[in-house]
Amino acid sequence: MSLKRTDILLCCGSGCVSAGALKVKQALIDELKKQGISEEINIIETGCMGPCDYGPVMMVYPEGVFYRKVSVDDVPEMVEEHFVKGRPLKRLMMQDANEKIFDQIKDIPFYKKQVKVALENCGFINPELIEEYIAVGGYEAIGKALTEYTPEETIEIVKKSGLRGRGGGGFPTGLKWQFGRASQDPVKYIICNGDEGDPGAFMDRSLLEGDPHRVLEGMMLAAYAIGAQKGFFYIRAEYPLAIRRIKNAIQQAHEFGLLGDNIFGTNFSFDAEVRTGAGAFVCGEETALIASIQGKRGEPTSKPPYPSTSGLWEKPTVVNNVETLANLSTIFNKGPEWFAGMGSETSKGTKVFALTGDLNNTGLVEVPMGVTLRELIFEVGGGIPNGRKFKAVQLGGPSGGCLTSEHLDTAIDYESLKAAGAMVGSGGIIVMDDSKCMVNIAKFFLEFSLDESCGKCTPCRVGLKQMHEILERITSGKGKEGDIEELERLGHTIKDTALCGLGQTAPNPVLSTIRYFRNEYESHIKYKSCEATICLPLMHFLIDQDTCIGCGLCSRKCPVSCITGSQKEKYKIDQTACVKCGNCAEVCPVHAVKRIPGTGYTKSDAKNGLYE
Amino acid sequence: MKTLEELRKIREKAQQDMKLRESNTRIKIVVGMGTSGIAMGARDVMKALMEEIANRNLADVLVTQTGEKGLSSMEPVVDVIEEGKPTITYGNITADKARKIVAEHIVNGKVVNDFVVTAQS
Amino acid sequence: MYQKIFEKYSPKKENLIYILHDIQDANPQNYVSEEAVQAVSEFLNISLSHIYGVLTFYTMYSTKPRGKNVVRLCESPPCFLKGSEKMLKKLREILGVRIGETSEDGLFTLELCACLGVCGNAPVMMINEDVYGDLTEEKLETIIAEIKGRS
Repeated sequence: MSLKRTDILLCCGSGCVSAGALKVKQALIDELKKQGISEEINIIETGCMGPCDYGPVMMVYPEGVFYRKVSVDDVPEMVEEHFVKGRPLKRLMMQDANEKIFDQIKDIPFYKKQVKVALENCGFINPELIEEYIAVGGYEAIGKALTEYTPEETIEIVKKSGLRGRGGGGFPTGLKWQFGRASQDPVKYIICNGDEGDPGAFMDRSLLEGDPHRVLEGMMLAAYAIGAQKGFFYIRAEYPLAIRRIKNAIQQAHEFGLLGDNIFGTNFSFDAEVRTGAGAFVCGEETALIASIQGKRGEPTSKPPYPSTSGLWEKPTVVNNVETLANLSTIFNKGPEWFAGMGSETSKGTKVFALTGDLNNTGLVEVPMGVTLRELIFEVGGGIPNGRKFKAVQLGGPSGGCLTSEHLDTAIDYESLKAAGAMVGSGGIIVMDDSKCMVNIAKFFLEFSLDESCGKCTPCRVGLKQMHEILERITSGKGKEGDIEELERLGHTIKDTALCGLGQTAPNPVLSTIRYFRNEYESHIKYKSCEATICLPLMHFLIDQDTCIGCGLCSRKCPVSCITGSQKEKYKIDQTACVKCGNCAEVCPVHAVKRIPGTGYTKSDAKNGLYE
Repeated sequence: MKTLEELRKIREKAQQDMKLRESNTRIKIVVGMGTSGIAMGARDVMKALMEEIANRNLADVLVTQTGEKGLSSMEPVVDVIEEGKPTITYGNITADKARKIVAEHIVNGKVVNDFVVTAQS
Repeated sequence: MYQKIFEKYSPKKENLIYILHDIQDANPQNYVSEEAVQAVSEFLNISLSHIYGVLTFYTMYSTKPRGKNVVRLCESPPCFLKGSEKMLKKLREILGVRIGETSEDGLFTLELCACLGVCGNAPVMMINEDVYGDLTEEKLETIIAEIKGRS
């Protein structure tokens, strides 16, 4: 037994690392050494704790104290006050808008509505030590399954739990396994899809980094159920830490005899390997992923045949998402009824969401299915910052649709969101406030899909390009009558005819923004005006003559010298020459430079020398 | 891994190392580690307590620390907190006294009255 | 010259992606040269066109020399919402390059990339294998200066 009296759990998920967590760790090590108490304090690097916006974060046990936004400069005081004198630092704890301080993790609003199943151990254990995973109950589920259940019974348990694919498809996992089992080929494969590429999604990365053994155990359960002897983790190359952690977990599992031959003394032999991508979003699609593992371009193939019949090297293959696999050990340990007891009628259990965008608490959360958008955005997410108002929320990344304030009380589950024209997707949620332009956002998502299109089928390769060209025209002031209808026509055609999921869902952001924000499109086209003043050709900068103090700073900063005036006569912008760089607005000491929708002048105005 | 039994044995041992993060401890021993406490030797007391508990394999006992307890003349001060019983505060503790507390109070349940400062509910 | 890398793998087509990654990482200019492609073609016994097909499909490979440090700024929607355009402007200024170009001292190449999956800390960039989040213009200056200092 160690003589340690304090465990410092330092979140070292990629988010906190990118915010400087490793530098904080080094500072802690140095300071503890200086104070002579290194022997008494454990510093443990864990996976993602959730509130990424507040990173670097850490938890201190046994007190159960949560610290946020810890910088290297805070470390000396923290060590002196908390670890030497036993007085936790209140100024580093979470606070709400009324400055109420939360010193205990369980009281923090961000965590209150969460139920951690897949994320159970993330942020609590050291993901690089198999012993810690075992300590919290790891590998018990596969041990039981192998020694007490048949593969068919294993499949039944998963069916009973109601678990559906968490990668976005929502296909019942138990059923998928059943198809995999039904194939008669003695050689089968199980693949874990870690090619999470949805902008705004980092659930899978956090699980692979923060609890790699859990995902491995899930893969083993799947392998046992379908009859596979080999598993592959396909992880995108942009996740080097996740790749390292999974490789490490596989090696440790081998050392403990949890991988290899005759696991738990049964006939089940299994081994796993890591395969990486090289920067292609489309490889998240299962047939493209399989092509990539085989060393080819990641181009999807038509289905049928489905991978469960003919997949990797033409053998029956089941592809499961990381989060799907991460739910399995708990389903077996606590029972499928426990899991099915949460969520809604059709969508059981919990879902991990990545909250991003204009939100107070961006980060990683896990809530029961059926929670409303309002609860997720305003209670867990802490609402919209900077005094702005909620405008829209994009769910499901570039494949998903957006929803508005009229949908805030919609339950988050597969069927409810589909009915509203959106989708649960992989779990990426992007919140937008009233300063955003929905046409611009739709164009952005479409650009992403266009860039990532593999190019194989015409509807996607050519169709998305045509949609993009129309959106380019609209956002640069050259939109014309009929553009909206053409976008809709193209969008529906592409959805119906594209070869794979990327093309089939790429038009969704455009179609849903047209559905709920048609007035913005019309304003861009008919009135050449962007209400949110984001599309530069459709807005202009105007100096408010009453507020202007005539200091001339704007004029001096203008790169094209289009601002003229004087102390007495105030300053004016020549709209015909303005390049909309925004320098004037940035430097004005009295905020006299306003952003105004519309071009600021008509052609006849310009001809008559009238502008502003 | 040949059997579930083997796994469970590994689990038990590993759980010891993660004890600080668990919340199911029977007895919590809190050592006052304010500046005066440290000046009077609280660190040695802490070390002695931890060693004694480790040697005796007391899985459900946690040793932790706190700030200034305000009983400067009684430092080092040690609180023994047990659910359902009044908190016992020991004063003027040394490493040897600490070991006696573990042997008599923690293991055998007999409060060492000579060392007690107050018994508060 | 590529022997050390080839020794790690069996000569099967399925190892192509990893061999190309290793070759690129081993090259101080972070790219896969024509000569390397030829060697791989011989080792794996697959056509040059197949290899180029793979090299040009996946965005993380480059067939042209790049700087020692490849700076990849995420341009996906969540980072865009948090000001990645401003970061791009600043990076272009500090490094003195346009997108896809390498700085004169050969230290940095600037690229845009798709979502890096660290959206809770947007805007984000990756330099080689290191991820930097919560970017501000000041942070960019510090980070680039630090890397310059280390070289």
